[in-house]
Amino acid sequence: MHARSTRRQFLGLAGTAALGASSIVTIRPAEATPAMLAAAIRQVVGAATVQPGKVRLEVPPLVENGNTVPMTVSVVSPMTPEDHVKSIHVFNEKNPQPNIGHFHLGPASGRAQISTRIRLADSQKVVAIAAMSDGSFWSASVDVVVTLAACTEELI
Amino acid sequence: MASALINVPPRARRGDIIEIKTLMSHVMETGYRRTATGETIPRNIITNFVCRYNGVEIFRAELFPAIAANPFITFFTVATESGKFEFEWIGDQGFAETASATIAVE
Repeated sequence: MHARSTRRQFLGLAGTAALGASSIVTIRPAEATPAMLAAAIRQVVGAATVQPGKVRLEVPPLVENGNTVPMTVSVVSPMTPEDHVKSIHVFNEKNPQPNIGHFHLGPASGRAQISTRIRLADSQKVVAIAAMSDGSFWSASVDVVVTLAACTEELI
Repeated sequence: MASALINVPPRARRGDIIEIKTLMSHVMETGYRRTATGETIPRNIITNFVCRYNGVEIFRAELFPAIAANPFITFFTVATESGKFEFEWIGDQGFAETASATIAVE
């Protein structure tokens, strides 16, 4: 890649590389997180520790169009007044801002599961965190490869 | 012109866990895109969504620009009594929409 290459060429190459790598890129555990993502998570969990587990985050590992990516988060919980999921928080690593959404549940939910469609501006990690009624936090993360990014800089 | 699509089962047995699907048509402009002349297109998104079951809040969401256009949200609740689900979307530039659905619980 020489210095004068355009963004379009770079994205083309990146897309080719992503396609080539897609067969080996699957879901793998979290690695180092950029500061913005860590800060956004801190804002939700405070000083508490976030443990991996209990949360299931379903996002396709290879996404063709980052403008609309189906996402489902489910949490293992009996959803009783004594023991339930209070909220589910979803974050990303490389969009212009780290938040995706906050979803507030309660014992009336019956099942701790939500679905929506999200935007991903780049291949990146998506993190879901569940806040339980006992004050503990659980998380899951998925690495997603995006071949056509959601347009954040596109001219219209 | 905004319009909502709601999917709530018309009837359920008491204690059943039911799925509620909602879709609100909205551009969800991120605020990060620019026009050809370089001006930023102002952010215009839905920021809050609430669902109430017979007046009691059962689900609430705060949305960010990373939610895709025409926000589609599904969640669950326990069918406890016949009545009405009320949905409310609030967003930038004065956006406010409501919708409702009824359920018969046996």
